[in-house]
Amino acid sequence: MADLGDAREDTLLAPIAQTGRGFYWAVALLSVPILWGVIAYSVQFYEGLGVTGLHQPVSWGFYVTNFVFFIGISHAGTLISAILRLSKAEWRRPITRMAEVITCMVLFIGAGQILVDLGRPDRLLNVILHGRYQSPLLWDATSISAYMTASLTYLYLPMIPDIAILRDRLGKRKLFYSVLALGWTGTERQQRVLNRAIAIMAVLVIPIAVSVHSVVSFVFSMTLQPMWHSTIFGPYFVVGAIFSGIAALIVSMIIFRKAYGLQHYLKPIHFRYLGQLLLVMALLWFYFTFAEYLTGYYGGEPEEMRVFWAKFTGPFWPFFWVMVLCNFVIPLICLVRLGRRTIGKVLTASLSIIVGMWLERFIIVVPTLSFPRLPFAEGIYWPTWVEWGETAGSFGLFALFYLLFTKFFPIISIWEIREGREVGLKEVEERLITYLPDEVEGKT
Amino acid sequence: MALWGMVIDLDRCTGCQACVVACKAENNVPAVGEKEAKRERVISWMQVLTETDEEHHGEKMRFIPRPCLQCDDPPCTKVCPVYATYRNPEGIVAQIYARCIGCRFCMAACPYNAKYFNWHTYQKEGPGQNPDVSVRPKGVVEKCTFCHHRLQKARERALAEKRDFDPREYVPACAEACLAQAIVFGDLSDPSSEVAKLARSPRAFKLQEELGTKPKVIYLTEGEGGG
Repeated sequence: MADLGDAREDTLLAPIAQTGRGFYWAVALLSVPILWGVIAYSVQFYEGLGVTGLHQPVSWGFYVTNFVFFIGISHAGTLISAILRLSKAEWRRPITRMAEVITCMVLFIGAGQILVDLGRPDRLLNVILHGRYQSPLLWDATSISAYMTASLTYLYLPMIPDIAILRDRLGKRKLFYSVLALGWTGTERQQRVLNRAIAIMAVLVIPIAVSVHSVVSFVFSMTLQPMWHSTIFGPYFVVGAIFSGIAALIVSMIIFRKAYGLQHYLKPIHFRYLGQLLLVMALLWFYFTFAEYLTGYYGGEPEEMRVFWAKFTGPFWPFFWVMVLCNFVIPLICLVRLGRRTIGKVLTASLSIIVGMWLERFIIVVPTLSFPRLPFAEGIYWPTWVEWGETAGSFGLFALFYLLFTKFFPIISIWEIREGREVGLKEVEERLITYLPDEVEGKT
Repeated sequence: MALWGMVIDLDRCTGCQACVVACKAENNVPAVGEKEAKRERVISWMQVLTETDEEHHGEKMRFIPRPCLQCDDPPCTKVCPVYATYRNPEGIVAQIYARCIGCRFCMAACPYNAKYFNWHTYQKEGPGQNPDVSVRPKGVVEKCTFCHHRLQKARERALAEKRDFDPREYVPACAEACLAQAIVFGDLSDPSSEVAKLARSPRAFKLQEELGTKPKVIYLTEGEGGG
């Protein structure tokens, strides 16, 4: 029986044990956008932000949009994994690791956007030396660094038993895995301590995750600008973040399922459940968007209305309506019936949501800046090759980080699947019995 | 403590832009060049905005010279993550060019768009510049300072001559250059000063007053016979 277990796990260890030609092709492919990004940023570093399409009054564009977008994606992971763990959803087992990795990788990319956006990146340390806590940017720095720490811990803890498996079975990078495994032998005490630690981190990580996207939204809503100064921005951004996060998680699951042959682990049922979660988030996103725009429209303040009409029928209409299409219409069509061709439908919806949520961030950042309150000429913003390059590079870098991770650590938690087989089944049965009415009551 | 403020009489403004040019010369505001201007990157601490008159549509334009309004409750200083912009005790909203990290949050937060960014290195130190005003490097935000260096110079002169500083010695370049004398500058905290008197005029109004930013640049509307 033990041998069979080991054989089944070989699929999970395969990407770490051997490296095929596919990996090098993928790296080569990803290095194209990354190289473009590197060139774009070097040019910008020497020439100044003037090489971008930014101007007066649209002083924030792609970089800030990317910042909000990537930080949003980071909610995929840790938050979803924590919620599924705490709610004892048994189907989480092959998913949590992938989700947590997304968070950690994308947080670095997201935080990096701010560095790219700075006119004087050489003075970044001023934020620490002369930090002004009244500024929402400092709240961001605090919240994001807390989230980074918590997410890395939360990723690492459940990885310890798997690292020990790698140490014992892989035969390469012995020192690396030995150090990281922290002397794990799988004793009962170790297991108890680990489960406790994971549970604590799961609880801790949820409020931190919520705080992250709330303070990201505060960057906009704390100003007095039309269509930014809104009280629902905090929850609106958090909902959008979880929404785009689940979509990114689904896409990465489908890619690795195909690339590493994980069909036995990631079954249609997992995608159906995630698809349903995605549908709920799509409805919630629509509700928030509706509430936000109706309030602005009904109040009818002239300054708000200028931005409002710029989005609905003015120069930004393609972005706005494609956003509605991608975030609501397409997901709704794809996700209401998931009986057949589940994976295809869920993938379509997820890709559409990733595009839609990027547009949502863009449609929040740019139109408000384009239409100042005073009688200036309206500013229309066109990004240059520099911004496109930086954006492509960011996506490429994220994918590369993710890919490299899978070459060092199993992308599906080996011990948690094992635990599901050995302990989970029994636990679920026992738990189910406690839900049912007691026998005694039936007799009376 | 003085509270420096400005009154701009829109009835007198001819839209001649002398204030704009005087400001540029005084404060070493760089000419960004034609290419950059086409990309909407002109830096102009003082800018004359034009608005069509609601009542006389298409016939009459309204000129609104807009320096930094030196808000008493500035939305831009609150959001600066590094204290590179702050309200000094005399009410002038200052910008520390050597500290600014160029995040442009203050530009996004200013409801009057009074802040400008150095998208490129627009100028280096050279002859013909005002030695009292530092030249801004690329990547930082700059703005109108009410010609703060003139205040410092006036104070130093008074000190050297061993006499009290008279607020009337301090006038920004735009006010000095205005041919129509539409711009009056002075100490708002002194009720007998001319600005304070004009600021109490029934014609006085503030831009976007409803935002609660408490600007210290006060406008006088066009009078009835102005049209």
